[in-house]
Amino acid sequence: MKLRTVALTKDFPTKAGPLRVLDEIEIGVHAREFVCLLGSSGCGKSTLLAIAAGLEQPTSGAVLLDGEPVVGPGAHCGLVFQSFSLYPWRTVAQNVAFGLEVAGLGREAKRRRVADYLEVMGLTEFANALPRQLSGGMKQRTAIARALATEPEVLLLDEPFGSLDAQTRASMQELILDVWRRLGTTILMVTHDVEEAALLSNRVYVLSPRPGRVAAEVPMNLPAVRDRSLRREPSFQSLCHDLDDLLAATMKPETAPVL
Amino acid sequence: MTDHATMAEPVLDAAVAEPPAPARRRGGRPPATGFLRVREEIPDGLRRVLVVASVATPLVLWALLSATHAVKPLFLPSPAAVFRAGWHLAESGQLWTDASATLQRVAIGFALVVVVSVPLGLAMGTFPSVRAVFEPMIGFVRYMPAPAFIPLLIVWLGFGEPAKITLLFIGTVFFNTVMTADVACQVPKELIHASYTLGAGRWTVVRKVVIPHSVPGIIDAMRVNVAATWNLVVVAELIAAQEGLGYRITRAQRFLQTDQIFAVLLVIGVIGVSFDLGFRLLRNTVARWAKP
Repeated sequence: MKLRTVALTKDFPTKAGPLRVLDEIEIGVHAREFVCLLGSSGCGKSTLLAIAAGLEQPTSGAVLLDGEPVVGPGAHCGLVFQSFSLYPWRTVAQNVAFGLEVAGLGREAKRRRVADYLEVMGLTEFANALPRQLSGGMKQRTAIARALATEPEVLLLDEPFGSLDAQTRASMQELILDVWRRLGTTILMVTHDVEEAALLSNRVYVLSPRPGRVAAEVPMNLPAVRDRSLRREPSFQSLCHDLDDLLAATMKPETAPVL
Repeated sequence: MTDHATMAEPVLDAAVAEPPAPARRRGGRPPATGFLRVREEIPDGLRRVLVVASVATPLVLWALLSATHAVKPLFLPSPAAVFRAGWHLAESGQLWTDASATLQRVAIGFALVVVVSVPLGLAMGTFPSVRAVFEPMIGFVRYMPAPAFIPLLIVWLGFGEPAKITLLFIGTVFFNTVMTADVACQVPKELIHASYTLGAGRWTVVRKVVIPHSVPGIIDAMRVNVAATWNLVVVAELIAAQEGLGYRITRAQRFLQTDQIFAVLLVIGVIGVSFDLGFRLLRNTVARWAKP
């Protein structure tokens, strides 16, 4: 296992006492594997990703990277948010260069690495554009290029395509699959979209909400070549139906929030 | 001719005939097209007319009031008299001495304000612990009107320059600190988290994320607060000074030279507006990315 959580539990303090968000989560991602965390809102999947990145501390349990505990954030773990989170004052190329500047890479090495990842994400001609001049899809390409440029051991994606329109999302899904195959990155991605999880990942963890628990672990035995034509395959559709049923089974009637 | 006549006959085709007037209309009023459109752009021509009118109207009213002698010249001197008084002040060199004395006070006072408030505000906005230490006191002192400190400042520092500069400082520094802190608070948390996962440490985040993100907001805060310093310097000079635009006003009042008071007020306004434009220009040059 490249990345693994051990009995990961997270409580948030509230006025009514601690609220359990994640309960004894045990998940793992093999090297070069693409794993999705599928869950409805409130299952703590973003919190789980933040803990995996070392940005938040678990109440108990641990995150292990190559068997060693993750104690804080760093370039070992790239993270991409739904909201892009680009530096608005930096051009696309300068955004991608951020992590390399921090790592103290030499000028020439930095320039080459930035050019490589701009190329990988199809951004070369946008190198000198500012984020506000870009479409949502281009912004997210930049954020992914920035996260990949430091060559992290694991790439964490937090609903990265959630704010994109359907057409852009479909082409981004194909792009990330292509990048994953070419670079052999280890990817853990959070999504609430059943089709997206089925299309992209090797394995899906279905999470149940309040508190977040692993409800099911589903291997995706789909052909290696996955593109949009796969969506029309009966085997793909039945897989989606299965995931959908699993997800629906985790849903509990909404209870009024405790104020 | 006959052909034309038949052509002109009303056509009673159902497809061409006017539809019957609708019994009622749906939706509210159509959006206004001219003057009062909520947050919509107005035509350039209209904007120019409005801007010119907003400057010209008071000037014309002023000229009319003084030309018709509706108000005594002592209370409201004519535009021509004010212009003459201003010309006279400029020609004698007095205006430049006064303006440069006042500008120098503002420059020193506001530079001190920036040196203290920008780092402190950034620290308060970045670290909740620093905010907790400074915010209660600043929030309290900020509401004490600076001119109320004048008697104390005279006791402490005398009538010289240090008292005036200190007045400008305490009148502006707290506002600029709080506004800078609020600007630094606006840095999205996800941007900071993304930076950590790119390998940045805390100080790198402050240096490479918090500060650049805050630059346009800091300049905006300075633009707002330099106006307060500019107002206060005139107050400071009303107390005790040998030169300065505020001093010139007090002196002119002593000799009932209202035309001179008006001239100096106009100069004060013009310099103030150029501060504003200068800071806008600075913001749009230094932080093009945040240009609205």
